[in-house]
Amino acid sequence: MGTIEQNILKEVAGLDALPVGAYNIRTNGTSSARNTTANIDIVTKEDKPGIDIIIKPGTKNESVHIPVVVSQAGLKDMVYNDFFVGEGADVTIVAGCGIHNCGSADSGHDGIHTFYVEKGAKVRYIEKHYGEGDPGTTGKRLMNPTTIVHLKEDAEMIMETSQISGIDDTLRITEADLCDRAKLEIHDSIMTTGDQNADAQFTADLNGEDCACNIVSRTVARDHSKQHYTSTLNGNNRCAGHTECDSILMDQAYVLATPQLSAATTEASLIHEAAIGKIAGEQLIKLMTLGLTEEEAEEQIISGFLK
Amino acid sequence: MLELQDICYETEDGKLILDHINATIEDHFVVITGPNGSGKSTLAKVIAGINKPSQGRILLNGEDITDWSITDRANRGISYAFQQPVRFKGLTIKDLMSLAAGKDATVSELCDLLSEVGLCAKDYINRDLDGSLSGGELKRIEIAMAFARNSDLTLFDEPEAGIDLWSFQKLIHVFEKMVAVSDGNILIISHQERILDIADKVLYLKDGKVEMYDTKDKVLPKIMGMPSSTCSVLTEKMKED
Repeated sequence: MGTIEQNILKEVAGLDALPVGAYNIRTNGTSSARNTTANIDIVTKEDKPGIDIIIKPGTKNESVHIPVVVSQAGLKDMVYNDFFVGEGADVTIVAGCGIHNCGSADSGHDGIHTFYVEKGAKVRYIEKHYGEGDPGTTGKRLMNPTTIVHLKEDAEMIMETSQISGIDDTLRITEADLCDRAKLEIHDSIMTTGDQNADAQFTADLNGEDCACNIVSRTVARDHSKQHYTSTLNGNNRCAGHTECDSILMDQAYVLATPQLSAATTEASLIHEAAIGKIAGEQLIKLMTLGLTEEEAEEQIISGFLK
Repeated sequence: MLELQDICYETEDGKLILDHINATIEDHFVVITGPNGSGKSTLAKVIAGINKPSQGRILLNGEDITDWSITDRANRGISYAFQQPVRFKGLTIKDLMSLAAGKDATVSELCDLLSEVGLCAKDYINRDLDGSLSGGELKRIEIAMAFARNSDLTLFDEPEAGIDLWSFQKLIHVFEKMVAVSDGNILIISHQERILDIADKVLYLKDGKVEMYDTKDKVLPKIMGMPSSTCSVLTEKMKED
């Protein structure tokens, strides 16, 4: 693995070396390194590109890293990864994709991740998307992740997803359905710059009694970039749902936020919030009174907001 | 030492908020008081560089800082605790206290600073400085940030605002301690009698003008009408609180 690939691995998965536990590193469309454990198996799919990650019931305090690196200009990588999380397991899954495009043709990665989280299992899922290119190159970096989550009774999932830098065009789809007492928490951060475009679509079907879903999205749109955020919560049972989209708008950027709620029962308690605005002047002034320049204050506010 | 020379501040619609202010802040602990709308907060903002005076000069330790930015003034020794603390989504109390201290503050240092204002560091340092905190908590953290800077000149704009009277009795001790240990000048806008009581000097502002600026023994009896009575400014303010 070269320096470019190592740098991308560090950006998307925080890896300086091979991780502890189970992992599968996919580089330019093929698996370049893999490790399984007694409790976590990783199997290559035979009918389409991708892997099955099989986590045994009761597996505790283990992690799976499945980063993807695309460094070959013009490569369009498509992958289907299915996660089978056994009953009562408690695991952390670190995904993420980084594209380095140094050519004139577009490079892309479309990942479809499907989670089958069994009764009482807990998953923390961290996904980071990142792009970079050499100066003067015209090839775009495209990324279209789809995440589908099925949560059985008492299952819990926390998703921390982010796309802070370097992706020119993205369509991010997240769909979830929840059984009784299941809980889903999503924290999504996006920053777009230049002429980038980001479209994020969340849908959660709250089917189970006393299930709960909380989606918090923080975005920053700079320069001439465009963002469209859609979040739909469908309350089909006694449940609690909350969706929040906060955007900082800068320069000539554009943000469209469309939170939607639907309730099929009076017992569904659903809330949506959306706010779009520039950085508050009083926040800049406060940080300047602590000795920061206006530019430093702006960066501090943005990095905290997206943290 | 801070010198205010003929400071005027006029709003865009021509209203004169500060009317030829002249004062030299050289005593350790000076309190600015006066009725609502007398220009106290505007004067603090002019000193911190947030509002630019329409005329006049400001000198800090003999150096003309009138045209300096907020940042330059902060870096050269002016701290300013806002009357209405600002909230930040995503910035923790540790982040902001570290920015205020100018270094990555340790848990032990944060514990010392926050305990001064009656907060337990372990309950707060990793929390965002946002709407999940009460007005009183935000105000205490604002005051703690000003302490963390340990500046030549520290401005507090109504530290009592938003804090219940019972808690404020404890905060008085914080200011008493600050007076005892700090080398710099402390300038507090306040209506609180106990704050006025520990002042070296009191500047009484009315209608944008300095009506009185002298030791508390000379100023307080005058603004209170007579020594044993209560100042109407104070009673009005305390009713509001």
